[in-house]
Amino acid sequence: MSSHYEAPIREPLVLGEKSYHDITVDIARPIEGKANKNWYIAFTISLIAFIWGIGCISYTIGTGIGVWGLNKNIGWAWDITNFVWWVGIGHAGTLISAVLLLFRQRWRMAINRSAEAMTIFAVFQAGLFPIIHMGRPWNGYWVMPIPNQFGTLWVNFNSPLLWDVFAISTYLSVSLVFWWTGLLPDFAMLRDRAVKPFQKKIYALLSFGWSGRAKDWQRFEEVSLVLAGLATPLVLSVHTIVSMDFATSINPGWHSTIFPPYFVAGAIFSGFAMVQTLLGIMRKVTNLENYITRLHVEYMNMVIMFTGGIVAVAYATEFFIAWYTGSPYENFTYMSVGAATGPYGWAFWSLILFNILIPQLLWIRKFRRSFIISFLISIAINIGMWFERFDIIAIVLSKGHLPSTWARFEPTFVDIGIFIGTIGFFGVLFLLYARTFPVIAQAEVKSILKLSGENYKKLRDGNHE
Amino acid sequence: MSNKVIHALYNDDDILMDAVKKVKEKHIHIDEIFTPFPVHGLDKAMGLAPTRLAVTAFMYGLVGLGFSIWMTNYMMIQDWPQDIGGKPNFSWFLNMPAFVPIMFEMTIFFAAHFMVITFYMRSRIWPFKSAENPDVRTTDDHFLMEISIHNNNEEELTSLLNETGAVEINVIEKH
Repeated sequence: MSSHYEAPIREPLVLGEKSYHDITVDIARPIEGKANKNWYIAFTISLIAFIWGIGCISYTIGTGIGVWGLNKNIGWAWDITNFVWWVGIGHAGTLISAVLLLFRQRWRMAINRSAEAMTIFAVFQAGLFPIIHMGRPWNGYWVMPIPNQFGTLWVNFNSPLLWDVFAISTYLSVSLVFWWTGLLPDFAMLRDRAVKPFQKKIYALLSFGWSGRAKDWQRFEEVSLVLAGLATPLVLSVHTIVSMDFATSINPGWHSTIFPPYFVAGAIFSGFAMVQTLLGIMRKVTNLENYITRLHVEYMNMVIMFTGGIVAVAYATEFFIAWYTGSPYENFTYMSVGAATGPYGWAFWSLILFNILIPQLLWIRKFRRSFIISFLISIAINIGMWFERFDIIAIVLSKGHLPSTWARFEPTFVDIGIFIGTIGFFGVLFLLYARTFPVIAQAEVKSILKLSGENYKKLRDGNHE
Repeated sequence: MSNKVIHALYNDDDILMDAVKKVKEKHIHIDEIFTPFPVHGLDKAMGLAPTRLAVTAFMYGLVGLGFSIWMTNYMMIQDWPQDIGGKPNFSWFLNMPAFVPIMFEMTIFFAAHFMVITFYMRSRIWPFKSAENPDVRTTDDHFLMEISIHNNNEEELTSLLNETGAVEINVIEKH
């Protein structure tokens, strides 16, 4: 027992009287059982939204992007807002599994699997927007550096948009591999439990024949550690490069050197908020309250407070600098008196309310440890972070250097429909995942059970008294 | 020659660790141990050599970096130089700052993917591979130690394993 010592002051991460076998049973239950009514309701709603989105995408591709609310001055609006929003959400997963692994934060084990799934599904949604916005998505492969029919006209490696192609595709593929490698032992567990032959076949295929030899585990741990080391700078680079799409331009409000750290903090902020939203529902639906505990919620809220604080300071800096330059152009950026009192004032104030004011409630410990309040605040942050991107993009573009080009962006039903469609698509993927995948990294949780399980902690601490 | 192996099952990782130490003290070679989760220190106790996968990752990363340098140089400087925003394109080095993100991403891409492929190849795991754990309980809550009999006395070995706290001992003809 002595090798499993953890300070008694630390709260247990696994509640209840659990044995290794109990963990197996608990994680396998949602997969082996039947879906309940709530699952079908949620799935149907998501599917309808997804189909509606497909309709809007087809309409856009068939008719052209003139069906969106864009005009010659605001050439980017909802699509790029949604792109950045989804990429931002896609940041928490790999952050949880990679950065928290490097920092030896054991609480990650209950949430990393779902957070990574969320990452991958969110990056799918993000990737859709630039492809649709190309207008001719069947030529999407032109962003790849491959020889083509125009002789050898290559892609432009000086462009931040191309950096984005490389960053996001690397991020997606590395996250996918990281996720899948972690899933192998858990799929193997499901394979060895499966009674129906079809289920057994599927999980045997998915588990790649994982057998759990001592040498495999040694390699597995090394690979996880090195992948975490590689993924950590990768996560930071992805949103840095996304921010460069804006920061390397010459528009006042976009041409800002604080964009990279500020965007990365914002991405982690929104990503954790989305994890909080999804797990708030999932822990209830799948009866995993003993694994995703109040303590996990509190830790996530602390990350949200920290990154939210960075974002708030970044807003204040942007606001102050815009005013301090004395340049009249700066008075039309997204963080300025002009924005607060202009036609997009409602969007400005929504950002302030949802992203700065509401998250401050988390300073109160009672709120931070409350499931329902954390859930509501996380939804507010999701909305706030969408407004942040909308403000940066639409407000800045609506008032450029030449007043005769000033324009206003109004979304059409197609803009809104595609956005709703991606939320539906995300929901469909996540709900299917929750029914078929082991939603908690059970092998990892088993390895900390003796250290951090409630019954083991009690047994150990009792000995000291 | 008979290919008999003995399978000792344990239901606790601490008992398993003690058992491994006791078996190793008698200089008996442990063929394999199947566990449901990573047991820390087990590889050292069994006498497994450390894995060199991290070294391969570093080398694959260097390959990725080299590839990205070759690619940007060939495409942007040699094959079709373009004047983009007045950025200097006479030599790769002058244009290099704009290529740093690409070089970084390719380094990570190569290191991560090829390391994982190497891991899959070395551990012989891939789609359609059938599992080789001898007992399905080893992915749930049991730990299985496999020792071949041909160099050892079967009865002595069985009693030794019984002493170490094995919950089940089976002698199996391995094909």
